[in-house]
Amino acid sequence: MSTTATAVKAKAAKAARGSTTAAGVGAKGTWIAETVVVMLCFLWLVPTFGLLVTSFRPGDDANSTGWWNFFANPLSFTMENYSAVLTSGDSQMGKAFINSLAVAVPATIIPILIAAFAAYAFTFMEFPGRDVIFIVVVGLLVVPNQVALVPLSVLFQNWGIQGQFVTVWLAHTGFGMPLAVYILRNYMATLPKSVIESATIDGASHFQTFWRLIIPMSVPALASFAIFQFLWVWNDLLVALIFLGQGDNMVMTISLAGMLGSRGNNWQLLTSGAFLSMLLPLVVFFSLQRFFIRGMTAGAVKG
Amino acid sequence: MAEKISLALVAVVVGVLGAMAVYWVLNKLVELLPTKWEQRFKPFAFLLPALGAITMFLIYPAFTTVYASLFNDDSSVFVGLKNYQRLFTNDVFLSSLLNNVLWIVFVPALCVIFGLLVAVLADRLSPTKEKVAKSIIFLPMAISMVGASTIWKLVYEFKPAASPQIGLLNQLLVTFGGQPQTWLQFEDFSFNTFLLMIVYIWTSVGYSMVLLSAAIKGVPVDTIEAGRIDGATERKIFFQIIVPQAWPTVIVVFITVLIGVMKVFDIVYAMTNGNFNTDVIGNAFYNAMFTDLDRGKASAIVVVLMVAIIPVLVYQVRQFREQEANR
Repeated sequence: MSTTATAVKAKAAKAARGSTTAAGVGAKGTWIAETVVVMLCFLWLVPTFGLLVTSFRPGDDANSTGWWNFFANPLSFTMENYSAVLTSGDSQMGKAFINSLAVAVPATIIPILIAAFAAYAFTFMEFPGRDVIFIVVVGLLVVPNQVALVPLSVLFQNWGIQGQFVTVWLAHTGFGMPLAVYILRNYMATLPKSVIESATIDGASHFQTFWRLIIPMSVPALASFAIFQFLWVWNDLLVALIFLGQGDNMVMTISLAGMLGSRGNNWQLLTSGAFLSMLLPLVVFFSLQRFFIRGMTAGAVKG
Repeated sequence: MAEKISLALVAVVVGVLGAMAVYWVLNKLVELLPTKWEQRFKPFAFLLPALGAITMFLIYPAFTTVYASLFNDDSSVFVGLKNYQRLFTNDVFLSSLLNNVLWIVFVPALCVIFGLLVAVLADRLSPTKEKVAKSIIFLPMAISMVGASTIWKLVYEFKPAASPQIGLLNQLLVTFGGQPQTWLQFEDFSFNTFLLMIVYIWTSVGYSMVLLSAAIKGVPVDTIEAGRIDGATERKIFFQIIVPQAWPTVIVVFITVLIGVMKVFDIVYAMTNGNFNTDVIGNAFYNAMFTDLDRGKASAIVVVLMVAIIPVLVYQVRQFREQEANR
């Protein structure tokens, strides 16, 4: 089923249902639905909103009165917490931000390239053991990362690279690979075989077909996996905690978790630190939401 | 700082160009072979780096973990099944297993139910309102579990009754005449574990909603129309026509959340570090490795987790084969 077909169908389904609603069953039904949805949205937003408001309050206020008191005295607004949490203390969110970028960008791009080649082989090439190998990949989708952490940390120690960025790049390349191969292969399987066949007849090698045809045609799937992997790596705590720790290369999630443990009473710093750590994922998420959702639904809604 | 940025940039360039070069070289090498062999080896040239990464960073460590679970804390002395024996006679570990069971029983089901609820209700709104509502519910998905923990720790924050509350939950309680509680230490009925679950559900309902919403919209209109013509009520149409057709997606969502919940770590680590009887396997593993510095115990905990996941794995593979057969 192609994406456009699904969309058209969805619209038709909605229109049909909408028309019957208007015809009779109920303006009342819609009214109730609207109220419940508004309530749920309110519930979902308030905690984050409280965090955001607290991050702009002076320390004394933030730790002695609730954030809802801010609106009684909005002039107390301050940016000091942000400058404090960015540059000073053991948290140093500014440095952690750069570290998170240094971890997440390579750990997103490298696995995609590797997975795309593998997905191509699984989709368009014949070789013995193809189905068995792919089933192993599918099985590995559910295997938790924890299984690899003890041996890998020993391995990285022996190699003398413990605590360096390259450890998390390697680990995330391995951990993200099954999902990447799975998503890309499922997408490539929907591409018209005839295009590839005619390319082969025209004398194109697999290598050329891959770069000139399949990669450009797979951009939606590549983009949606890239967003997945980026958010996953940026938001990851466990892998970073084990391979990078709290040293010079500490990422934002570690820094924030450390503050939660040690500075439980500095809510102005905790909240501004937390908001800083969410800023980039939220921007990525909202600007690329369409790709993200399309990727998610294309993979799963098959039936 | 500039050094780090340039290091990251170099890594991206070297990593990407390096990977491309590897493929180019592999491709060239294979092309040097006689045509028959070239045909035979080319797929493996394309596969090699991916399979290498999976083997090196996932499969091989899984086996060494099983092996290490039979050894002592620094992997120097063989101890047989002693680590497992220690785990299953240890009350702290057993209670963390029990907590994991609670997570498994409640979180996936609640995520499906809330996701379905939002998907169905939002479907009845105008397109613009639907889009806004969905974005709001979906938003926490972009937030890290640590960030979500910070957000909710503020909601659960406790101040003595004499001073003003800064946590929303206690403020509500005080407003209605109650006494403020130290919520995260409230162990009766595992209440604090449920408070941690709320954080997980809050971040995951968006995912569940998006998938279920797509599934519901994909239900063919004629089946709904047929139900209407036969005089079925809205409720009947929902439970007997829409839900059965969206059922495969319900299962997918359930399994995905289930897998995530079995290895839950961040929320527990950040909010309670497993204290006050909230520990789970994921956090017990981390503490065995970094607090107790006991490789044998940590490995044994992971093996327990792996064994627990095997049924899900079998199901996943079977499901996939069925899907392929229908392709």
